[in-house]
Amino acid sequence: MGVRRLGLAALCSAALLAALPAWAQTAAPQPMVRNGMLTMQGGEAVYNNLCAACHMRDAKGAAGAGVYPALAGDRRLAAAAYPIRLVIHGQKGMPAFGSLLANDQIAAVVTYVRTHFANAYAAPVTAAEVQAMR
Amino acid sequence: MTGDAGAPSRRDLLSMIGVVAGSTAMYMAMYELGYAQATSFKGPAKLSTPPTGTSVLILGAGVAGMVAALEMRDAGYKVQVLEYQDRPGGRNWSLYGGDTFTELGGATQHVGFDPGLYLNPGPWRIPYHHQGILHYAQRTGVEMEPFVQTNFNAYVHSMTGYGGKPRRYREVQADYQGHVAELLGKCAQQGALDQKVSKEEREILLESLREWGALDKNYDYVKGMTSSNRRGFDLDPGGGLTGAPRPSEPDALGDVLSARLWTAMSQMSDHMHQSSIFQPKGGMGMIGKAMGRELGPLIRYNSKIIDIHQDDRGVTVTYVDTKTGGPPRTATAQWCVCTIPLPVLGQIPMTVGAPLKAAIDHMAYTPSLKVGLQFKRRFWEQDEQIYGGITYTDMPNVSIGYPNHGYFSKGKGVVLGAYVGTPECYTWAAKPPEERIKDALYWGSKIHPQYMSEYDCGVAVAWHRVPWVLGCKSQWTEASRAEHYDNLAAIDGRIVLAGEHVSYMAGWQEGSVTSATDAIKRLHQRVMSA
Ligand SMILES: Cc1cc2nc3c(=O)[nH]c(=O)nc-3n(C[C@H](O)[C@H](O)[C@H](O)COP(=O)(O)OP(=O)(O)OC[C@H]3O[C@@H](n4cnc5c(N)ncnc54)[C@H](O)[C@@H]3O)c2cc1C
Ligand code: HEC
Repeated sequence: MGVRRLGLAALCSAALLAALPAWAQTAAPQPMVRNGMLTMQGGEAVYNNLCAACHMRDAKGAAGAGVYPALAGDRRLAAAAYPIRLVIHGQKGMPAFGSLLANDQIAAVVTYVRTHFANAYAAPVTAAEVQAMR
Repeated sequence: MTGDAGAPSRRDLLSMIGVVAGSTAMYMAMYELGYAQATSFKGPAKLSTPPTGTSVLILGAGVAGMVAALEMRDAGYKVQVLEYQDRPGGRNWSLYGGDTFTELGGATQHVGFDPGLYLNPGPWRIPYHHQGILHYAQRTGVEMEPFVQTNFNAYVHSMTGYGGKPRRYREVQADYQGHVAELLGKCAQQGALDQKVSKEEREILLESLREWGALDKNYDYVKGMTSSNRRGFDLDPGGGLTGAPRPSEPDALGDVLSARLWTAMSQMSDHMHQSSIFQPKGGMGMIGKAMGRELGPLIRYNSKIIDIHQDDRGVTVTYVDTKTGGPPRTATAQWCVCTIPLPVLGQIPMTVGAPLKAAIDHMAYTPSLKVGLQFKRRFWEQDEQIYGGITYTDMPNVSIGYPNHGYFSKGKGVVLGAYVGTPECYTWAAKPPEERIKDALYWGSKIHPQYMSEYDCGVAVAWHRVPWVLGCKSQWTEASRAEHYDNLAAIDGRIVLAGEHVSYMAGWQEGSVTSATDAIKRLHQRVMSA
């Protein structure tokens, strides 16, 4: 039980606490923005908390009247410059995330999508490569 | 126009027009003479009769598409509207008990709200000066009631300020204003403002600061009847032997400043949020429904547009019937008004010139999320005397909106448990709906501990997951306006774009109305001169 759960407990009476639904026993959510920047660290965390909003957890994308393309098995990820540019500057319906993510976060998430979801472009992307495209 | 003996004064003129032509003419004349300003809506587009049989296809049955359809039909155009969804309104939309909503990715939510209760996932308020959308609401018989923008008894809350405890808006507002008035008064008294104000002005300024800041006779902001009349009492005045009031203790200036709650306190001062503000009775979606009813069979629902083609004879739109399937069908007309949101439109093949295509393609929409929570009882009213309005917090749920209707009801109530437009919104959208609801409950319970025992059911709409718009609203910068805006609005051959995105009021229905009005006027001119 982390600090945040204790904070919640302090607000609830003992009786209310006893009546907490089961979901309230799971890990407490954390704010993920500080000073206007997203705080998740590591490729997987950035993917699951940002990219998955549109490309979905399984990176298979989705379609209604509009479409989010799949990043799974995506041959256009072969050249790292393409996803780096999109994440920094956006493209059409995809917003620019250059001002929300630091270079190392972008490097990590691009490396992550290029090495997961049936993509196998092993060479890791570096923060310097990202900086060069800003 | 003043003091010109012999010539009628402006008021004389107006009353003459009123007598002769009735009040509508007077109202229109007031626009011309500059009295009744404040909106760019100068009344509905009054189109003359087009050549018999002139046809127009309208793409999208949101507010913009339906304004265009109503006015062009009334003028005598042959109108057909194609709409992807099975309902009219577009982003003008309310969710009621019994509704289902399937988002991109496939998660389906079944709304379990009680009768009469709803969530407005999109628009929820209409300021008094948005005369365009108010006109169409009146025209279609939609009743309005007040929207409570500012409730002095709702909370402002910071995770770090005031030890993380919520404060009533009235307390923070009074303390902030009181301390600032006291500081400024001290400066004035010590002569620090003598460069800026004369001696007489200084006295007037001091007098006004005492009034504005609820200061005592020495220009101090202190505990007492004067300050408590603003910030509220520890024990409110009452009757009889127990009626003596107990004033409250203002918080120190340092506490007020370090809580950094002024953003929450300034929204009411924005032109878009100044009272009076309205909401349609029964949910914002009432407007879309009423306009859709008015258009009846002119709207073809479940029609997903997949191609837009034009040549010098007309426009051909290809669409798929999402209910019955089958091969793509086509609809043709001489002219076309397209209101499809840009992130979707950019993915549809379309014969238009490069400048319009570039304008369509440059735009991604902003993030936004709303979570509606139904509670078993209206504890915010019963326990905390909060009747409508909004609580602001710097937690990730950003705000809590209380229902502005059904006050004092003994039944359930639906609260807007999160309204997030910050970058944090992506992290909410990335979670399944039930986790968004859990998070809204978690954060909200820090302000209302009753959440835990009173929660009943909920629904969460993240706008980047909404299949027919891919985001909340357009976003323009000075640079993008300069580069693309005029191209986006210009008629391209036989096609003109309209919608929230073709306006200077991004994210307001008034932008859709004024954009559609402007677009069909220009298109009509083109038709009449063709
Ligand atoms: C969270 C949020 C809060 C808001 N708050 C307010 C507020 O308080 N007050 C206010 O006035 N405004 C508010 N707005 C803005 C308001 O909702 C919009 O400005 C307005 O409703 C947009 O109308 P529109 O006709 O321009 O577009 P839409 O309503 O988006 O209409 C476009 C239509 O096109 C259809 N369509 C899309 N793709 C296709 C296709 N391929 N084929 C066929 N049809 C298609 C869609 O289904 C939709 O019906 C808010 C919006 C959001 C999202
Ligand atoms: C708000 C929605 C949204 C989010 C969040 C988002 N994207 Fe996208 N993404 C899109 C859209 C829409 C497109 C299609 C753009 C186009 O039409 O050119 C796209 C396209 C892409 C493409 C190009 C795919 C191809 O095959 O051409 C890549 C790569 C990509 N996104 C990576 C990412 C990564 C990595 C993240 C997280 C850092 C991310 N996206 C977050 C909406 C989003």
